[in-house]
Amino acid sequence: MSQATLAIRRISGHPGPVPGAGVERASQVCKLIDTTTCIGCKACEVACLEWNGYTFTDTVFNNSYQTMPETAWNYWNLIKFNEHETKDGGLMLLMRKDQCMHCADPGCLAACPADGAIVQYANGIVDFQQDHCIGCGYCMTGCPFDIPKFNPSTKKVFKCTLCSDRVSVGLEPACIKACPTGCLHFGTKDDMTDLAATRTQQLREHFGFENAGVYDPPGVGGTGVIYVLHDATNPEAYGGLPKNPRVPWVVRLWKGPAKWIGNLAMLGGILGVTLHYLRFGPKEVEANENDKNNQKDRKGAQP
Amino acid sequence: MSISHVVSPARTVDESGERILRYTLSDRINHWIAGLAYIYCLITGLGFWSPYMFWLTILVGGGPTARFWHPWFGLVFCGSAFWMYKVWRNDMLTNDADLAWRKAMKYYIRNEDEKLPPIDRFNYGQKAFFWLMFYGAIFLVLSGVVLWFPELVPWSLRWLRYLAVTVHVTAALATIGGFIIHIYMGTAMVRGGFTSIIRGEVSAAWAKTHHRLWYERVTGRRERG
Repeated sequence: MSQATLAIRRISGHPGPVPGAGVERASQVCKLIDTTTCIGCKACEVACLEWNGYTFTDTVFNNSYQTMPETAWNYWNLIKFNEHETKDGGLMLLMRKDQCMHCADPGCLAACPADGAIVQYANGIVDFQQDHCIGCGYCMTGCPFDIPKFNPSTKKVFKCTLCSDRVSVGLEPACIKACPTGCLHFGTKDDMTDLAATRTQQLREHFGFENAGVYDPPGVGGTGVIYVLHDATNPEAYGGLPKNPRVPWVVRLWKGPAKWIGNLAMLGGILGVTLHYLRFGPKEVEANENDKNNQKDRKGAQP
Repeated sequence: MSISHVVSPARTVDESGERILRYTLSDRINHWIAGLAYIYCLITGLGFWSPYMFWLTILVGGGPTARFWHPWFGLVFCGSAFWMYKVWRNDMLTNDADLAWRKAMKYYIRNEDEKLPPIDRFNYGQKAFFWLMFYGAIFLVLSGVVLWFPELVPWSLRWLRYLAVTVHVTAALATIGGFIIHIYMGTAMVRGGFTSIIRGEVSAAWAKTHHRLWYERVTGRRERG
């Protein structure tokens, strides 16, 4: 497993071509969450806390299985439980593991003003670098999924890293490792998309979920975490998964055209007053009326 | 025109050497509290505004430090703006003399001040600047509170975050425009203006030239022509 993380170019004493040389695979990683096989055991929540070094915090009881209403700065992975009534009057307990979606076009990164505080690795993982975080919370404004969470004592923002530390050494994320039903999968984006499509087809053809589908929202360029849903036409039923998430247009405007319009306006102002000074110069008040007359004379002499 | 006049026009004194108090000590202290607080917010705010200016935050102790103090200095600025409102409000109301002056503003810009109608303590531009900064401070603080504690804004009210960003940026850019002109006019263009906000006094000639009605009011003199 560990050798697989290093691609081999040449091999000593090896007859023939190097196995696998010249073969390229998409390096995008992806987590697939099949909500149809999740049993709500919360093993992923525990594994996430364990691997990332957090202890259990107080849970909040809200008459359901849910651990707390939403993720927290020290609780990055939370299963959202939703009781859902189907059209024919049946009851479904929808369970969706909520965490950072690792958008291809991340709103948090677009909004962040601090150099190097949010990075997107070539494998698609979006990661916060708390050393560079200034604690402004702009990422919370940029995110369409309500994921970045503020730690008031350190004034830094935290979220799921997709276990970038594990993935970089060829291991799957901790939540994947812990899942007992196989509802969590990890691999390349292409493989996970294929697997999701196959599962979706199964759900449609053999289980009667004719609206089954894959959640990989194009509004944020697709995500590094994708869901298989029983009913992809109603993602809101899964604990408020947005139907068509986008980076807020205010953030786009603020970090795009407004930046250049504002900068040009400020430069224009400085240029304007400079030109005014060069053309008209200062307003000087004459010491007395005689001086004033002299000034007028001078002005007349030098128009 | 003497050499000393050219070297230091701001020191121009009336023939009699008469100086008139234009800003009291508390006016001046408050102006500089506002000015320094604004400049701090400007430096740090520009750092948050653009990656090309993020280095500005290094000047004041780094990004996290800048983020910590920016709202507090903003409150100081807003507080002093309210203090100014309290003491200068009446002087800042636009009157008929200002409207006549505004019509003739092109002469002011061209330094043809002799063609301007007489005005009181502040001209129309100063009044516009005052109200721009006063209302700017209110909008900046209201939107700034949301940006200060975004984590306390519930997700269902997230439109408040978007609104706050829009208002904060717009108000900041508007005040920066006024600030550029204010600094230019106060230090370079209107000679005598800068010393007046440092030492509080202007020469009688300065008062007569720039604020004839105010000069007549505070000295009790009526000198036409």
